[in-house]
Amino acid sequence: MDVLTVNNLCKSFGGVKAISNISMSIEEGEIVGVIGPNGAGKTTFFNLLTGIYSPSSGDITYNFKKEISSRDFKPFKMPKYGVSRTFQNIRLFKNMSVLDNILIGYHCNLNYGILPSLFRLPSFYRNEEEAYEKAVELLKIFNIYDKKDELAKNLPYGEQRKVEIARALAAKPKVLLLDEPAAGMNTNETKELTKLINWIKDEFSLTIILIEHDMSLVMEICNKIFVFDYGTLIADGTPQEIQTNPQVIKAYLGGE
Amino acid sequence: MKFLNKKNIFNLILILSIYFIVEFLINRGIIDSYIILNIVVIGVNIILAVSLNLITGITGQFSLGHAAFMSIGAYASAIMTAKLGQPFIVGIIAAALSASLAGIIIGIPTLRLKGDYLAIATLGFGEIIKIIGLNNDYIGGATGLNDIPQYTNWTWIYFCVVITIIIINNFIKSYNGRACISIREDEIASETMGVNTTYYKILVFTMGAFFAGIAGALYANYFYFIRPDSFGFMKSIDILVIVVFGGIGSVLGSVVGAVMLSIISVFLQNIPELRMVVYSVILFLIMVYRPQGLIGKNNLRLFKKRGVLNGCAHSK
Amino acid sequence: MILEQIIQQVINGISLGSIYALIALGYTMVYGIINLINFAHGDIYMIGAYIGFALTTFFKLNFLSSLIISMLLCSILGVLIEKVAYKPVRNSTRIAALITAISVSLFLEYGMMYFVKPETRTFPELLPDKQIHIFNTNAVLDFKNLSIIVITISLMLILQYVIYKTKIGKAMRAVSLDSDAAQLMGINIDKTISSTFAIGSALAGAAGVLVGVYYNSINPLMGVLPGLKAFVAAVIGGIGVIPGAVFGGFFLGITETVISAAGGSLYKDAVAFAILIIVLLVRPNGLLGKNIKEKV
Repeated sequence: MDVLTVNNLCKSFGGVKAISNISMSIEEGEIVGVIGPNGAGKTTFFNLLTGIYSPSSGDITYNFKKEISSRDFKPFKMPKYGVSRTFQNIRLFKNMSVLDNILIGYHCNLNYGILPSLFRLPSFYRNEEEAYEKAVELLKIFNIYDKKDELAKNLPYGEQRKVEIARALAAKPKVLLLDEPAAGMNTNETKELTKLINWIKDEFSLTIILIEHDMSLVMEICNKIFVFDYGTLIADGTPQEIQTNPQVIKAYLGGE
Repeated sequence: MKFLNKKNIFNLILILSIYFIVEFLINRGIIDSYIILNIVVIGVNIILAVSLNLITGITGQFSLGHAAFMSIGAYASAIMTAKLGQPFIVGIIAAALSASLAGIIIGIPTLRLKGDYLAIATLGFGEIIKIIGLNNDYIGGATGLNDIPQYTNWTWIYFCVVITIIIINNFIKSYNGRACISIREDEIASETMGVNTTYYKILVFTMGAFFAGIAGALYANYFYFIRPDSFGFMKSIDILVIVVFGGIGSVLGSVVGAVMLSIISVFLQNIPELRMVVYSVILFLIMVYRPQGLIGKNNLRLFKKRGVLNGCAHSK
Repeated sequence: MILEQIIQQVINGISLGSIYALIALGYTMVYGIINLINFAHGDIYMIGAYIGFALTTFFKLNFLSSLIISMLLCSILGVLIEKVAYKPVRNSTRIAALITAISVSLFLEYGMMYFVKPETRTFPELLPDKQIHIFNTNAVLDFKNLSIIVITISLMLILQYVIYKTKIGKAMRAVSLDSDAAQLMGINIDKTISSTFAIGSALAGAAGVLVGVYYNSINPLMGVLPGLKAFVAAVIGGIGVIPGAVFGGFFLGITETVISAAGGSLYKDAVAFAILIIVLLVRPNGLLGKNIKEKV
């Protein structure tokens, strides 16, 4: 079952064509990799998928219980629809605690309104407790429960990445977009991350799309890989197919 | 955590005790009208500072036009009580609602602005409102409005201050408050995580204006007399100094800051120019040596400046 | 009749616009280089006026000498303010720097008020009271108007030369585009920033003296409103863009004068702020500014 369909997607900024004619479909439960040289348009693609940019032409459709088309995309609505993401340069809320960061991830699932907040009505206490329990669950899964009251900016880099992923999961998404989750990690950390991504995919029934430069990670866990270059899709297929694709090799290593 | 737990009951008893003790002292004449005057000034400043802190400290929307909300509230209440002979509660409600309306009107167009630009735009709005006030004869123009009935007393000021602090504090310590703080920390990430930043920005402007309007009403109905010039850019700066001094983002800081700076003001009131000089030096020293203010959390940053210069060994 | 009114207002508008432009240049140069709205800039203009007043009243100097000395002293003041107040917060948040600038502004205003008392002072008559009639109508080009316009244009030409033909000017342009790269290329950031403040403050000082000569009266708070309006002018033209400040200054000066003459004089101060808000909403980078988006 296709959970995401992209049709002839194009995005230009002024005169610059960042993305041209991207079409793809992604099935539920897949782990899909998006790779390509720097500047190929991968993060722009993610920004289009999460409503931060709107398409210049073409469209994006998520097939959840309802169909959601790029015409209705608004960044803050995406988590409620079921789409959540992390960022290339970790965007945690630095001066908030780890727990609070996760609770923000849970924000779209809370809606007890202003009045209960201001006047401390019972629904306030009920909802906050529920949110707290869910957050604690995630903290324990990611092994950062003991750091829950620590300010996010004080955590080491690897743990900050974990918090960001946990925060994205708190939204209870169906599709999770990870933008270079392994950036800055060494081999061991990357191996752990690989295991983690596989595990959360099953545990939370996710479809995962990830941008990565670390080929060991990509080849290991992706069912399908899409290769970007200069804003276009130059190849797609299984890891084996991509590894032997002459276009891909040329894009990464340069021509003969 | 239920509503009627030990902590809340204790707080309730504390709040009521303070009220009755002071009320008793006033009735016995031990607290005279001079002290009451200062209590009113401090109370008004607390409400102004806490409400500005919600907009600027918690949500990171730098607002330099807060005094304009106060002035709208002051005039609304003055018109209701002096010109239309209504009781004080009507004045206060009119003040709060009209100021809130102004908050929405100012909040919406300034949504896309950030940092410096937002500051200047709010300053501009504040000045425009002042100029409109100066040129409006119904409310007395530049000479202002006088003969405003003095309705503000200990009861009114105390409970308005307490209610303001409780409501704003409750707001901050809820998922709404968390959302606002996340907007301050990283607006794009916040939006991506599901926070409707537009809604919250307008909401805090409206709430902040609401309480500033009440402060204006309390002010007008104590000092008999108001003019547009008392509510200009300088007053907005006054409130900002309190917020910064007490600690951006800290409700307790705003309360403490308001108390301390009001008292310092009283001591300096015979030399008004020197008061501003002292204020400016205080402001400067805080920004350089303790930007988080008296009670603020350590190293609280509103917007981080990027670049090599931050991590550079090049000395200051 | 109408024509001569229009010509007269245009002349007045251009004179007023020159003042705004001179002050706006300082704002825009400083913002371009360290991303700071120098709230104290309007007060440097005020101090320039007072220095001019002191020089002409107590030292009996003539117009040009007072102008030059005032510019020099203001430029030293500007550099001093930067070193003492702004350098320590250079790596702080924007809001911290803004609040610091506000504190310096208040310090200058009320410090001045404390020392020279808040009454307005009057400049002595420095310039001959000659007038030129335009096209034999009643519209007059005062000698004062002429001096303002001539001096403003000369200063701007000198500025152009400095920015585009000198080494320090090149350094200023480089730092405002990318301060990290400039530093890596060996440009002394501190010196460059100081020079920017020096030049901007000199221009503000000149504006102060010109205003003292033109309007004759000065007071310690005279810098507040023109300072804000000059900032608006800089934003209109595009903050950080030097020709923008000039354009914005003249645009605001002429608009304000025309609206005032058309009967809206009570609201003329609101004009600047209304334009500011419109510009910020419609084209926040100003009419000549660049469009920079944040990278996600």
